[in-house]
Amino acid sequence: MTAEPTTVAPAQAPAPGSPPPAERERVSAFASLSRVMIVAFVRDRSALFFVLLFPLMFLMLFGTLLKGASSPHAKVEQVGAVRVLDSVQGEARAGLEQVLTITKGDDEAAALEKVRKGDLDAMIKEGPDGKVVVRYSAADQVRSGSVQGIVNSVVQQANQAATGKPPAFVMESSQVEDGSLKPIQFLTPGLLGWAVATGAVFGAALTLVGWRQKKVLRRLRLAPVSAGSVIASRVAVSVLTALVQTAVFLVVATTPFFGLKLTGDWWLIVPLVVCATVAFMSIGLLAGSIAKTEEAANGISQIIVLPMSFLSGSFFPTDGMPGWLEAISQALPLRHLVTASQSVLSRGGGVMDALPTMGGLLLFAAVMTGISWKLFRWED
Amino acid sequence: MTAAISADGIRQRYGDVQAVDGVSLTVEAGEFYGILGPNGAGKTTTLEILEGIRKPDEGRIELLGLAPWPRNPKLLRRIGVQFQASAFFNRLTARETIRTFGSFYGVGPKAADAMLERVGLTESAGVMTDKMSGGQAQRLSIACALVHGPELVFLDEPTTGLDPQARRNLWDLLRDINAEGRTVVLTTHYLDEAEVLCDRVSVMDRGRILRTGAPAALIREIDDTVRISVESGQLPIDTARELLTAAGAETTSLEDDGVSLSLSTRLPAPVLSVLADRGALRGLEVRGATLEDVFLQLTGREYRA
Ligand SMILES: Nc1ncnc2c1ncn2[C@@H]1O[C@H](COP(=O)(O)OP(=O)(O)OP(=O)(O)O)[C@@H](O)[C@H]1O
Ligand SMILES: [Mg+2]
Repeated sequence: MTAEPTTVAPAQAPAPGSPPPAERERVSAFASLSRVMIVAFVRDRSALFFVLLFPLMFLMLFGTLLKGASSPHAKVEQVGAVRVLDSVQGEARAGLEQVLTITKGDDEAAALEKVRKGDLDAMIKEGPDGKVVVRYSAADQVRSGSVQGIVNSVVQQANQAATGKPPAFVMESSQVEDGSLKPIQFLTPGLLGWAVATGAVFGAALTLVGWRQKKVLRRLRLAPVSAGSVIASRVAVSVLTALVQTAVFLVVATTPFFGLKLTGDWWLIVPLVVCATVAFMSIGLLAGSIAKTEEAANGISQIIVLPMSFLSGSFFPTDGMPGWLEAISQALPLRHLVTASQSVLSRGGGVMDALPTMGGLLLFAAVMTGISWKLFRWED
Repeated sequence: MTAAISADGIRQRYGDVQAVDGVSLTVEAGEFYGILGPNGAGKTTTLEILEGIRKPDEGRIELLGLAPWPRNPKLLRRIGVQFQASAFFNRLTARETIRTFGSFYGVGPKAADAMLERVGLTESAGVMTDKMSGGQAQRLSIACALVHGPELVFLDEPTTGLDPQARRNLWDLLRDINAEGRTVVLTTHYLDEAEVLCDRVSVMDRGRILRTGAPAALIREIDDTVRISVESGQLPIDTARELLTAAGAETTSLEDDGVSLSLSTRLPAPVLSVLADRGALRGLEVRGATLEDVFLQLTGREYRA
């Protein structure tokens, strides 16, 4: 050790003036940051569970429970003679029995008890004044509604036949979807949207907070790694995760057991999911910019994702929402992802159904990223 | 040849605390430079400003002839940094960590593994960074600072938390990289470390540099002071004070901590004869001045690391 400054040339330091291999470094920084995030994700058992397995379990659970639930086929018990029903014979009878299973009995109290327990959907009898009485439970409104509808139409037809004149007004209704539109057609896009939102929001928020807490962000600032490489690699990994989720969902849902039938331009789900991932990541970025600890980031993300999923119709349809909730729902990116992916996966929607949604999702991402930018901190 | 670092009039305030209060320093290329000071002296803040990760309230800085602020990727390739607290990615092993840092600079996995070997972590290469001991993490953190062969290396308390053996090994490593021509700037609490490693040190306290120079030169400035200590209990401290005054042996400090009676003096001969007369020489130690005395003289306070 000498007190004199040595003049030995650094052994490995780049010679001054030689062009820095910046391009190669950029690619290699992107690749290795992506690798770091994938490895950390795969090693994080609970993240893996909540992002990949948990939504899939929901799909399989709901898919199994609701299998065939939308068929209007209902079970009713006819107590005693009911003329309008008994008079339906021949071809009309066969048609009726396709939608209603009619058993006959004469113990009214026992039949009512069965309705209460849910073993029967309704009890039908003829009142002393000739009225047709339908007793149903409000527990399953879809079923009871369809029973009432069917019985009502039978009564109308009988009335009309009694007049001997052709009907003045007729309504003809039929579903726009083919007859096979089963719950899985709605469940898959809804739950997939929820899964993608979970993965992207948590991925962005936890990476940001985790790296800030562990001082990795600061350390990266002192390495020749551009902010672009960091952001690009995070987006790439999140998009990859979302596409894996999509693939797994579609593979499972289209198995004969669940029976998802993909419609024409279903491949549009890919660009939709990509745009939605970017939009969800921007939410995660905001959560991560606000949160100081990983726990806080987790909590904030949870508080955003779960209500957003309910309001967006990920779990059940949002048709009956009051106006103000509907307005909130319309502002959520997940709502638009769910609607658009139902359209392309199940309703035969095409490019024109997906494009505006994609644009909206990207716009949303731009706005949120702008807000996060203002709140962004490199260190605590 | 441009200096590795030249800084002029750096100031940084945090609320009420003036963490750095007008620091100016020049580090020559190839020099081994130490910043020495107790907790809260402003070492880390100074280092962060030099590295370019913190913008000072005031002051002008050049690293290798370039301004470190705003962020300059060309410069970043030529410097290596180790933070006081380790900064590792979640859920990676030591080997994955060093390879990742290497890749940012276009350093291949072989060279990265060689760096791991150099800090003696080959056997722990497969250990997750959050499962490493403090000393292992410290060494990995240093390896990450050195992986790309930087010209200028900043190390913030590199030997804190190391066992004596690991500390020696690290000293050897730091000497080696300095011998390769790299400039090394480190902060430390340890006076012996600064004395052993550094070409020059700056003694820092309360945000100011009190003195800069080669450790030997700083000590020589006060080398007429000698510290003498004997086992406690042989001579009551009051008696000692009287006898020493009577003998004309001036002392700059005299204390008994219950283990030893120790004093500093410029005239060791009369002190030793007083002690010998009273037969109080058990456990006698006499040593020349150290950086500790330099610090004492500069601040009027005992050095507490
Ligand atoms: N981010 C911060 N915000 C507020 N005050 C700070 C911050 N960082 C440091 N300080 C204060 O500035 C002063 C100098 O701190 P600094 O970390 O530079 O000291 P140091 O010499 O590195 O100490 P140590 O030996 O403990 O590492 C301290 O009083 C500290 O409390
Ligand atoms: Mg410090």
